[in-house]
Amino acid sequence: MSRLRQFLPGIAVIVLLIAAWWLVVNATRSVIFPTPWQVVTGTVELIRDGTLWLHIGASLGRVAAGFALAVAVAVPLGLWMGWMRGAYDTLNPLFQILRPISPIAWIPIAILWFGVGNASPIYLIFISSVFPMIVQTVAGVHTIEKRYLRAAENFGVSRYKLFTQVVIPAVLPQIIVGMRIGLGVAWLVVVAAEMIALRSGLGYLIIDSRNAGNRYDLVIAGMIIIGLIGLLLDGLMRGLEGLKMVRWRYAH
Amino acid sequence: MPIKIDVAGLRKNFATDQGTLAVVDDVSLQVGDGEFIAIVGPSGCGKSTLMRMIAGFIPPDSGRVLIDGAVRTQPGPQGILISQHGSVFPWLTVQENLMFGLNGGQSTSEKIAIADHYADIVGLKGFEGSYPHELSGGMLKRVEIARALAVKPAILYMDEPFSALDALMSLRMRNELLKILGRERHTVLLITHDVEEAIHLADRVMVLSPRPTRIQATFEVKMPHPRKLTSPEVQQLRMAILKELGVGSDDEQN
Repeated sequence: MSRLRQFLPGIAVIVLLIAAWWLVVNATRSVIFPTPWQVVTGTVELIRDGTLWLHIGASLGRVAAGFALAVAVAVPLGLWMGWMRGAYDTLNPLFQILRPISPIAWIPIAILWFGVGNASPIYLIFISSVFPMIVQTVAGVHTIEKRYLRAAENFGVSRYKLFTQVVIPAVLPQIIVGMRIGLGVAWLVVVAAEMIALRSGLGYLIIDSRNAGNRYDLVIAGMIIIGLIGLLLDGLMRGLEGLKMVRWRYAH
Repeated sequence: MPIKIDVAGLRKNFATDQGTLAVVDDVSLQVGDGEFIAIVGPSGCGKSTLMRMIAGFIPPDSGRVLIDGAVRTQPGPQGILISQHGSVFPWLTVQENLMFGLNGGQSTSEKIAIADHYADIVGLKGFEGSYPHELSGGMLKRVEIARALAVKPAILYMDEPFSALDALMSLRMRNELLKILGRERHTVLLITHDVEEAIHLADRVMVLSPRPTRIQATFEVKMPHPRKLTSPEVQQLRMAILKELGVGSDDEQN
């Protein structure tokens, strides 16, 4: 009951927005902009002919590849930079310059290097999600409370145990925050990347629907699906925050 | 009683924006094997700095620390530090915390047996699989003590170990500690600002001066355990120590 009450205002706003959209489209007798119902029938059409799953699968596959690559690079690199002052001083200035460059600005170079296949968007996802994860991991190492390191020193543990039982678990909550940010950015970028040259994916669906006969019902259907999948992905990452060994950080 | 800790001429200055700040000024003390020493001093007098130098975490500017006659230069499992805020790892279970310091050749099942034994001693039986954030402050303190005891350290360095607990829990933990020390022999160096706690636990109480700190007075506590805190001897000693700390009997409200 209290959960329902919590969600009610949010749902009400969405319902009101859809109602207003419907009224405005009807009142202006727009021939191009679709009504909400046309978006629903458009979506059903995409589901029936199976293209929706192909596009979703293509987008998710690219995100999975680019994101996995970024995690594999960012976590070890972030731990190393966080732990070794010299590594941080050497690499941080470069990363601080690369970080604010929009992934969209990388598109021409990605096409030059990787062509118009799958490698380009995967590279763009990698470049967009790797920096936030490095930054979070480094910050995680830098904010490990000294009392824990002191205890490890006191018990005279090996370097291996220091890393596996103190440093990495201490940083894990921050790594998960970085992954959440990174995956969010990756999902934003894959759609943009697919608008350029690819023949599959949700970004392609949107651009292609517009180009091939102004099917704005499918454009909006694509946008809504992108939003819902983004929400789902974030929920997945939030699920990681519920793991027992990191819950200490979020418990309060 | 052989000498366990032999400290001579310890000094420490810290560099600040205003220049050098002398924190510890020529402290010498000796602690016998199995002895319980309490060091009391006004807050900010450099008690913790002194403790960390003795435990080997920070090097002194001059002077030396001998443990069993050998120079101590770095911390190690033979002397475990227990501090006010604690350092129980929140990402490990109680059992994993207790096993953390066991780095000898023991097998995993032996480590688990040792961990469970000490969990039992401090009254944490049944909580082996719990995570620290599921425990109360008093229980966390027990984990900390059990983790230290599990490595059988010759020395326990306790830096205001119970001051973050409420008065009742603090008193209970003192009694638990005495019970444990009755079973397992340890040399203990306790730092506290609580005079009653010092008298309750220690064989000798050393009073530190304000910064730069040095040992101003030493009191022997001859009463046998269990000590009755309301006894006239305890009250008399308490008054004498408070007087050394610059708190006259006129300031006392009770």
